[in-house]
Amino acid sequence: MSSLKPGVNPRDHQLGNAHASITLVEFGDYECPHCGIAHPLIQRLLKEFDGKINFVFRNFPLQEVHPHAYISALAAEAAGKQGKFWKMHDLIFENQLRLNNNFLFELAEDIQLDTERFAKDWKSKDGEEKVEHDFESGVRSGVNGTPGFFINGNQLVGYNETYESLLRPIESKLRIAGV
Amino acid sequence: MILSKGNLAPDFSLYATPDQKLKLSELRGKRVILAFYPADWSPVCSDQMALYNETLKIFHKHNAEVLGISVDSKWCHMAFAQSRNLHFPLLADFEPKGEVSRLYGAYHEEEGESRRALFVIDEEGIIQWSYLSPDGINPGADGILDALEELSNVKQ
Repeated sequence: MSSLKPGVNPRDHQLGNAHASITLVEFGDYECPHCGIAHPLIQRLLKEFDGKINFVFRNFPLQEVHPHAYISALAAEAAGKQGKFWKMHDLIFENQLRLNNNFLFELAEDIQLDTERFAKDWKSKDGEEKVEHDFESGVRSGVNGTPGFFINGNQLVGYNETYESLLRPIESKLRIAGV
Repeated sequence: MILSKGNLAPDFSLYATPDQKLKLSELRGKRVILAFYPADWSPVCSDQMALYNETLKIFHKHNAEVLGISVDSKWCHMAFAQSRNLHFPLLADFEPKGEVSRLYGAYHEEEGESRRALFVIDEEGIIQWSYLSPDGINPGADGILDALEELSNVKQ
């Protein structure tokens, strides 16, 4: 079992309670159908354990098999510059089959980003570095495909695309933490 | 048992394209990652070869080339590589079947396929790290990167 390298840090996008006893990290690819399946499962989890989980998303785009994964990751990062990372993140996963440059730009308009700034950030070195940094951290952490999950820094091996396979390890961690 | 650290990597010459063979010893002066794997067309969305394809840039930083090896034929490899946009060679350990896999101790006799075994070979052709992954488990690239980094540290 591999561990998360580096650990969760301020560069990460975090959702939920930053002080929660459970931190769930996903290495994901916006165009990967399996990540699309995982997306609503995570939303359900965060709702059910409101305040008890901190969720972190790191980019792991497989660019050669998913031609729109990288530009989508950059678009989410660019939205993040205007405080709307998670909004963009959700919309991208909800529209996985429509991803392309024009559509991503439309999403930016829909969530009322400053589109001029968005367009600039979308192509910025900064964004590219963040996505590549995320990817490399995934490789170093032993991610071998997407989605790759880590609970409190330890790789989750039993995930099988069911809600239960995410729920069970989290419940047992919560029990141990006495929450 | 797969070959372990300290052994000279057995030389071989296998088809990398339908009309071109690649000889391991031609790559002296570079580090080589040999990735034996059971079969092309793995059902998993982001399988082992797709992952190495994405990590090529990191491997190259360490002066390392990756070679995939399975018992699939050169034509099968060509179609597989095209469909996944692979940018590194897949070698056909096809005739005599599994001969090179056997040399490295990485042949699964009952299945008639290569095992999922990894080797990191240094610039002089010596195996510096090897790993046999359990059947059906994609070993990722973290072990390879650790081995490459250790080599770089020793050199400095």
